[in-house]
Amino acid sequence: MRRGLGLWCSGRMTRTTPSPAVRAATRQGVSVAVATGLYGVSFGALSVAAGIGVLPTMVLSLLMFSGGSQFALVGVVAAGGSPLAAVATSALLGARNTLYGTVVSPLLGARGPLRLAAAHVTIDESTAVGVAQPDRQAARVGFWTTGIGVFVLWNLFTLAGALAGDALGDPRRWGLDAAAAAAFLGLVWPRLAPRTAQVAAAVAVVVSAALIPVVPPGVPVLAAAASAIVVGLWAGRRAGPGEATRVRQVLTREGEA
Amino acid sequence: MTTGVLWGTVVLASLACLALKIAGHLVPEHWLADPRVARLSSLVTVALLASLVVTQTVGDGQGLTVDARLPALAVAAVALALRAPFVLVVVLAAATAAGLRALGWG
Repeated sequence: MRRGLGLWCSGRMTRTTPSPAVRAATRQGVSVAVATGLYGVSFGALSVAAGIGVLPTMVLSLLMFSGGSQFALVGVVAAGGSPLAAVATSALLGARNTLYGTVVSPLLGARGPLRLAAAHVTIDESTAVGVAQPDRQAARVGFWTTGIGVFVLWNLFTLAGALAGDALGDPRRWGLDAAAAAAFLGLVWPRLAPRTAQVAAAVAVVVSAALIPVVPPGVPVLAAAASAIVVGLWAGRRAGPGEATRVRQVLTREGEA
Repeated sequence: MTTGVLWGTVVLASLACLALKIAGHLVPEHWLADPRVARLSSLVTVALLASLVVTQTVGDGQGLTVDARLPALAVAAVALALRAPFVLVVVLAAATAAGLRALGWG
Protein backbone atom coordinates (compact mmCIF):
# COMPACT_ATOMS: atom_id res chain seq x y z
CA MET A 1 0.00 0.00 0.00
CA ARG A 2 2.67 2.48 1.04
CA ARG A 3 4.93 1.53 -1.85
CA GLY A 4 2.00 1.90 -4.27
CA LEU A 5 1.22 5.31 -2.91
CA GLY A 6 4.82 6.37 -3.20
CA LEU A 7 4.77 5.36 -6.86
CA TRP A 8 1.55 7.29 -7.48
CA CYS A 9 2.52 10.31 -5.57
CA SER A 10 6.05 10.96 -6.69
CA GLY A 11 6.08 9.29 -10.09
CA ARG A 12 9.01 7.12 -8.97
CA MET A 13 9.52 4.27 -6.54
CA THR A 14 10.44 5.64 -3.14
CA ARG A 15 12.69 3.30 -1.16
CA THR A 16 13.50 5.61 1.68
CA THR A 17 11.48 5.64 4.90
CA PRO A 18 8.54 8.07 4.59
CA SER A 19 9.12 11.38 6.31
CA PRO A 20 7.13 12.22 9.48
CA ALA A 21 5.08 14.66 7.38
CA VAL A 22 4.19 11.91 4.88
CA ARG A 23 3.24 9.50 7.68
CA ALA A 24 1.07 12.19 9.29
CA ALA A 25 -0.61 12.86 5.93
CA THR A 26 -1.33 9.13 5.53
CA ARG A 27 -2.86 8.93 9.01
CA GLN A 28 -5.02 11.99 8.37
CA GLY A 29 -6.14 10.61 5.03
CA VAL A 30 -7.15 7.26 6.49
CA SER A 31 -9.10 8.75 9.39
CA VAL A 32 -10.93 11.22 7.13
CA ALA A 33 -11.68 8.40 4.67
CA VAL A 34 -13.20 6.19 7.37
CA ALA A 35 -15.29 9.02 8.87
CA THR A 36 -16.55 10.18 5.46
CA GLY A 37 -17.00 6.71 3.98
CA LEU A 38 -19.26 5.69 6.87
CA TYR A 39 -21.96 8.19 6.02
CA GLY A 40 -22.26 6.60 2.60
CA VAL A 41 -24.72 4.40 4.53
CA SER A 42 -27.08 7.34 5.00
CA PHE A 43 -26.75 8.33 1.35
CA GLY A 44 -27.53 4.81 0.13
CA ALA A 45 -30.56 4.47 2.39
CA LEU A 46 -31.93 7.94 1.52
CA SER A 47 -31.44 7.49 -2.20
CA VAL A 48 -33.34 4.21 -2.25
CA ALA A 49 -36.04 5.76 -0.01
CA ALA A 50 -36.42 8.57 -2.60
CA GLY A 51 -37.34 5.96 -5.21
CA ILE A 52 -33.93 5.83 -6.88
CA GLY A 53 -33.11 2.14 -7.32
CA VAL A 54 -30.02 0.40 -5.96
CA LEU A 55 -28.27 0.46 -9.35
CA PRO A 56 -28.74 4.20 -10.14
CA THR A 57 -27.77 4.90 -6.52
CA MET A 58 -24.49 3.08 -7.09
CA VAL A 59 -23.94 4.99 -10.35
CA LEU A 60 -24.24 8.22 -8.35
CA SER A 61 -21.62 7.12 -5.83
CA LEU A 62 -19.28 5.66 -8.46
CA LEU A 63 -19.57 8.26 -11.22
CA MET A 64 -20.82 11.49 -9.60
CA PHE A 65 -18.82 10.82 -6.38
CA SER A 66 -19.45 14.10 -4.60
CA GLY A 67 -21.51 13.86 -1.41
CA GLY A 68 -23.23 17.24 -1.55
CA SER A 69 -24.24 16.84 -5.20
CA GLN A 70 -25.48 13.29 -4.59
CA PHE A 71 -27.61 14.26 -1.58
CA ALA A 72 -28.92 17.26 -3.55
CA LEU A 73 -29.99 15.20 -6.54
CA VAL A 74 -31.78 12.76 -4.26
CA GLY A 75 -33.42 15.64 -2.36
CA VAL A 76 -34.78 17.27 -5.52
CA VAL A 77 -36.01 13.93 -6.91
CA ALA A 78 -37.66 13.08 -3.56
CA ALA A 79 -39.43 16.47 -3.51
CA GLY A 80 -40.84 15.79 -6.99
CA GLY A 81 -38.60 18.30 -8.76
CA SER A 82 -38.00 18.25 -12.52
CA PRO A 83 -35.00 16.41 -14.02
CA LEU A 84 -33.59 19.78 -15.08
CA ALA A 85 -33.75 21.13 -11.52
CA ALA A 86 -32.11 17.94 -10.22
CA VAL A 87 -29.24 18.15 -12.74
CA ALA A 88 -28.78 21.91 -12.23
CA THR A 89 -28.73 21.67 -8.42
CA SER A 90 -26.21 18.84 -8.28
CA ALA A 91 -24.01 20.49 -10.93
CA LEU A 92 -24.05 23.82 -9.07
CA LEU A 93 -22.99 22.07 -5.87
CA GLY A 94 -20.31 20.20 -7.85
CA ALA A 95 -18.89 23.44 -9.26
CA ARG A 96 -16.71 23.92 -6.18
CA ASN A 97 -14.79 20.80 -7.23
CA THR A 98 -13.64 22.75 -10.32
CA LEU A 99 -12.05 25.25 -7.99
CA TYR A 100 -10.47 22.47 -5.93
CA GLY A 101 -9.03 21.00 -9.14
CA THR A 102 -7.22 24.22 -9.99
CA VAL A 103 -5.78 24.20 -6.46
CA VAL A 104 -4.59 20.56 -6.23
CA SER A 105 -3.58 20.03 -9.87
CA PRO A 106 -0.27 21.96 -9.58
CA LEU A 107 0.52 20.12 -6.32
CA LEU A 108 -0.07 16.66 -7.83
CA GLY A 109 1.62 17.09 -11.19
CA ALA A 110 -0.32 14.06 -12.51
CA ARG A 111 -0.42 13.30 -16.25
CA GLY A 112 -2.61 11.19 -18.53
CA PRO A 113 -4.98 8.63 -16.96
CA LEU A 114 -3.59 9.47 -13.53
CA ARG A 115 -4.78 13.03 -14.04
CA LEU A 116 -8.28 11.75 -14.82
CA ALA A 117 -8.19 9.65 -11.64
CA ALA A 118 -7.00 12.67 -9.68
CA ALA A 119 -9.88 14.74 -11.09
CA HIS A 120 -12.40 12.05 -10.15
CA VAL A 121 -11.28 11.92 -6.51
CA THR A 122 -11.06 15.73 -6.21
CA ILE A 123 -13.63 16.40 -3.47
CA ASP A 124 -13.90 18.45 -0.26
CA GLU A 125 -12.02 15.92 1.87
CA SER A 126 -9.10 15.04 -0.45
CA THR A 127 -8.51 18.72 -1.22
CA ALA A 128 -8.66 19.73 2.44
CA VAL A 129 -6.18 17.05 3.54
CA GLY A 130 -3.87 17.65 0.56
CA VAL A 131 -3.72 21.43 0.91
CA ALA A 132 -3.21 21.22 4.69
CA GLN A 133 0.18 19.42 4.37
CA PRO A 134 3.52 21.15 5.02
CA ASP A 135 5.31 19.97 1.84
CA ARG A 136 4.51 18.76 -1.68
CA GLN A 137 5.24 15.06 -1.09
CA ALA A 138 3.00 14.98 1.98
CA ALA A 139 0.34 16.92 0.04
CA ARG A 140 0.33 14.25 -2.68
CA VAL A 141 0.17 11.37 -0.21
CA GLY A 142 -2.57 13.13 1.77
CA PHE A 143 -4.63 13.84 -1.35
CA TRP A 144 -4.37 10.34 -2.80
CA THR A 145 -4.85 8.47 0.49
CA THR A 146 -7.96 10.51 1.27
CA GLY A 147 -9.36 10.46 -2.28
CA ILE A 148 -8.92 6.74 -2.88
CA GLY A 149 -9.89 5.85 0.69
CA VAL A 150 -13.12 7.85 0.56
CA PHE A 151 -13.94 6.50 -2.92
CA VAL A 152 -13.64 2.86 -1.85
CA LEU A 153 -15.41 3.21 1.52
CA TRP A 154 -18.08 5.64 0.27
CA ASN A 155 -19.09 3.15 -2.42
CA LEU A 156 -19.02 0.12 -0.11
CA PHE A 157 -21.15 1.89 2.49
CA THR A 158 -23.51 3.31 -0.17
CA LEU A 159 -24.19 -0.27 -1.28
CA ALA A 160 -24.76 -1.36 2.32
CA GLY A 161 -27.15 1.55 2.90
CA ALA A 162 -29.00 1.01 -0.37
CA LEU A 163 -29.55 -2.69 0.33
CA ALA A 164 -30.63 -1.98 3.92
CA GLY A 165 -32.88 0.90 2.81
CA ASP A 166 -34.51 -1.35 0.23
CA ALA A 167 -35.55 -3.73 3.01
CA LEU A 168 -36.88 -1.03 5.37
CA GLY A 169 -40.18 -0.10 3.69
CA ASP A 170 -41.78 3.32 4.43
CA PRO A 171 -38.82 5.71 4.91
CA ARG A 172 -40.87 8.14 7.05
CA ARG A 173 -41.48 5.46 9.67
CA TRP A 174 -37.70 5.27 10.21
CA GLY A 175 -37.25 9.04 10.14
CA LEU A 176 -35.18 8.88 6.96
CA ASP A 177 -36.70 12.15 5.69
CA ALA A 178 -35.42 13.87 8.84
CA ALA A 179 -32.06 12.13 8.34
CA ALA A 180 -31.78 13.85 4.94
CA ALA A 181 -32.40 17.26 6.53
CA ALA A 182 -29.78 16.48 9.20
CA ALA A 183 -27.31 15.38 6.51
CA PHE A 184 -27.59 18.74 4.75
CA LEU A 185 -27.25 20.54 8.07
CA GLY A 186 -24.12 18.51 8.81
CA LEU A 187 -22.67 19.40 5.40
CA VAL A 188 -23.30 23.14 5.77
CA TRP A 189 -22.34 23.40 9.48
CA PRO A 190 -18.52 23.52 9.10
CA ARG A 191 -18.87 26.17 6.37
CA LEU A 192 -20.74 28.64 8.56
CA ALA A 193 -17.79 30.18 10.41
CA PRO A 194 -17.34 33.32 8.23
CA ARG A 195 -19.92 36.08 8.83
CA THR A 196 -20.63 36.34 5.08
CA ALA A 197 -21.46 32.63 4.98
CA GLN A 198 -23.93 33.10 7.85
CA VAL A 199 -25.61 35.94 5.94
CA ALA A 200 -25.74 33.86 2.74
CA ALA A 201 -27.25 30.93 4.68
CA ALA A 202 -29.86 33.14 6.38
CA VAL A 203 -30.88 34.73 3.07
CA ALA A 204 -31.05 31.28 1.45
CA VAL A 205 -33.34 30.03 4.25
CA VAL A 206 -35.73 32.99 3.85
CA VAL A 207 -35.71 32.82 0.02
CA SER A 208 -36.38 29.07 0.05
CA ALA A 209 -39.17 29.19 2.63
CA ALA A 210 -40.84 32.07 0.76
CA LEU A 211 -40.61 30.36 -2.64
CA ILE A 212 -41.50 26.74 -1.78
CA PRO A 213 -45.30 27.40 -1.81
CA VAL A 214 -45.28 29.35 -5.09
CA VAL A 215 -42.77 27.74 -7.48
CA PRO A 216 -42.15 24.12 -8.63
CA PRO A 217 -39.91 21.86 -6.45
CA GLY A 218 -36.21 22.36 -7.11
CA VAL A 219 -36.54 26.02 -8.11
CA PRO A 220 -36.25 27.43 -4.53
CA VAL A 221 -32.81 25.78 -4.20
CA LEU A 222 -31.62 27.39 -7.43
CA ALA A 223 -33.03 30.78 -6.36
CA ALA A 224 -31.10 30.42 -3.08
CA ALA A 225 -27.89 29.86 -5.09
CA ALA A 226 -28.58 33.05 -7.04
CA SER A 227 -29.20 34.94 -3.80
CA ALA A 228 -25.74 33.88 -2.56
CA ILE A 229 -24.12 35.55 -5.56
CA VAL A 230 -25.94 38.77 -4.65
CA VAL A 231 -24.74 38.43 -1.03
CA GLY A 232 -21.18 37.75 -2.23
CA LEU A 233 -21.07 40.80 -4.49
CA TRP A 234 -22.57 42.92 -1.72
CA ALA A 235 -20.03 41.68 0.84
CA GLY A 236 -17.24 42.81 -1.48
CA ARG A 237 -13.71 42.49 -0.20
CA ARG A 238 -14.43 41.96 3.47
CA ALA A 239 -14.13 38.14 3.46
CA GLY A 240 -10.97 36.26 4.42
CA PRO A 241 -8.51 34.47 2.13
CA GLY A 242 -9.96 31.97 -0.35
CA GLU A 243 -8.66 28.64 -1.62
CA ALA A 244 -6.34 30.33 -4.09
CA THR A 245 -4.52 32.13 -1.29
CA ARG A 246 -4.19 28.95 0.75
CA VAL A 247 -2.56 27.02 -2.08
CA ARG A 248 -0.16 29.88 -2.68
CA GLN A 249 0.82 29.56 1.00
CA VAL A 250 1.46 25.82 0.55
CA LEU A 251 3.56 26.41 -2.56
CA THR A 252 5.50 29.15 -0.79
CA ARG A 253 6.31 26.83 2.12
CA GLU A 254 7.42 24.23 -0.44
CA GLY A 255 9.79 26.76 -1.98
CA GLU A 256 11.27 27.61 1.41
CA ALA A 257 11.84 23.97 2.44
CA MET B 1 -40.20 10.29 -12.79
CA THR B 2 -40.26 7.22 -15.04
CA THR B 3 -37.31 4.83 -14.84
CA GLY B 4 -35.93 6.15 -18.14
CA VAL B 5 -36.10 9.79 -17.07
CA LEU B 6 -34.58 8.89 -13.69
CA TRP B 7 -31.66 7.10 -15.34
CA GLY B 8 -31.18 10.03 -17.73
CA THR B 9 -31.14 12.45 -14.80
CA VAL B 10 -28.67 10.33 -12.82
CA VAL B 11 -26.27 9.83 -15.75
CA LEU B 12 -26.46 13.42 -17.02
CA ALA B 13 -25.93 14.93 -13.56
CA SER B 14 -23.05 12.52 -12.86
CA LEU B 15 -21.32 13.36 -16.14
CA ALA B 16 -21.82 17.08 -15.47
CA CYS B 17 -20.18 16.74 -12.04
CA LEU B 18 -17.31 14.69 -13.47
CA ALA B 19 -16.79 17.22 -16.28
CA LEU B 20 -16.64 20.02 -13.69
CA LYS B 21 -13.92 18.13 -11.79
CA ILE B 22 -11.89 17.48 -14.97
CA ALA B 23 -12.23 21.12 -16.01
CA GLY B 24 -10.56 22.16 -12.75
CA HIS B 25 -7.51 20.01 -13.55
CA LEU B 26 -7.27 21.27 -17.13
CA VAL B 27 -7.79 25.03 -16.92
CA PRO B 28 -4.75 27.19 -16.19
CA GLU B 29 -4.70 27.94 -12.47
CA HIS B 30 -4.81 31.71 -12.84
CA TRP B 31 -8.22 31.58 -14.53
CA LEU B 32 -9.89 30.76 -11.24
CA ALA B 33 -7.24 32.09 -8.87
CA ASP B 34 -9.23 35.30 -8.36
CA PRO B 35 -10.24 35.28 -4.66
CA ARG B 36 -13.66 36.63 -5.66
CA VAL B 37 -14.36 33.42 -7.60
CA ALA B 38 -13.37 31.31 -4.59
CA ARG B 39 -15.57 33.38 -2.28
CA LEU B 40 -18.63 33.32 -4.54
CA SER B 41 -18.24 29.58 -5.08
CA SER B 42 -18.12 28.89 -1.34
CA LEU B 43 -21.14 31.15 -0.70
CA VAL B 44 -23.17 29.41 -3.42
CA THR B 45 -22.32 26.07 -1.79
CA VAL B 46 -23.47 27.34 1.62
CA ALA B 47 -26.72 28.75 0.16
CA LEU B 48 -27.53 25.55 -1.75
CA LEU B 49 -27.00 23.41 1.37
CA ALA B 50 -28.97 25.81 3.60
CA SER B 51 -31.81 25.80 1.10
CA LEU B 52 -31.79 21.99 1.00
CA VAL B 53 -32.04 21.94 4.82
CA VAL B 54 -35.22 24.05 4.57
CA THR B 55 -36.67 21.98 1.72
CA GLN B 56 -36.01 18.72 3.53
CA THR B 57 -37.25 19.96 6.91
CA VAL B 58 -40.49 21.84 6.17
CA GLY B 59 -41.05 21.22 2.46
CA ASP B 60 -44.01 19.05 1.47
CA GLY B 61 -44.30 19.01 -2.30
CA GLN B 62 -45.35 22.59 -3.08
CA GLY B 63 -46.19 23.60 0.50
CA LEU B 64 -44.75 24.07 3.98
CA THR B 65 -45.49 21.64 6.84
CA VAL B 66 -44.34 21.42 10.43
CA ASP B 67 -43.97 17.79 11.47
CA ALA B 68 -41.54 15.45 13.25
CA ARG B 69 -38.71 16.60 10.97
CA LEU B 70 -38.41 20.01 12.68
CA PRO B 71 -37.67 18.70 16.23
CA ALA B 72 -35.38 16.12 14.59
CA LEU B 73 -33.43 18.93 12.94
CA ALA B 74 -33.18 20.74 16.29
CA VAL B 75 -31.67 17.59 17.82
CA ALA B 76 -29.22 17.41 14.89
CA ALA B 77 -28.21 21.05 15.46
CA VAL B 78 -27.55 20.38 19.16
CA ALA B 79 -25.49 17.30 18.25
CA LEU B 80 -23.47 19.33 15.73
CA ALA B 81 -22.90 22.08 18.29
CA LEU B 82 -21.56 19.37 20.64
CA ARG B 83 -19.21 18.25 17.82
CA ALA B 84 -20.86 14.86 17.34
CA PRO B 85 -19.63 12.93 14.28
CA PHE B 86 -21.71 13.18 11.08
CA VAL B 87 -23.10 9.66 11.25
CA LEU B 88 -24.30 10.14 14.84
CA VAL B 89 -25.99 13.43 13.89
CA VAL B 90 -27.90 11.74 11.08
CA VAL B 91 -28.86 8.75 13.24
CA LEU B 92 -30.05 10.96 16.13
CA ALA B 93 -32.24 12.98 13.75
CA ALA B 94 -33.76 9.84 12.24
CA ALA B 95 -34.35 8.35 15.70
CA THR B 96 -36.05 11.54 16.92
CA ALA B 97 -38.44 11.66 13.95
CA ALA B 98 -39.10 7.91 14.08
CA GLY B 99 -39.72 8.10 17.85
CA LEU B 100 -42.15 11.03 17.57
CA ARG B 101 -44.05 9.27 14.79
CA ALA B 102 -44.20 6.04 16.80
CA LEU B 103 -45.84 8.16 19.55
CA GLY B 104 -48.38 9.33 16.98
CA TRP B 105 -47.11 12.86 16.20
CA GLY B 106 -45.91 14.28 12.89
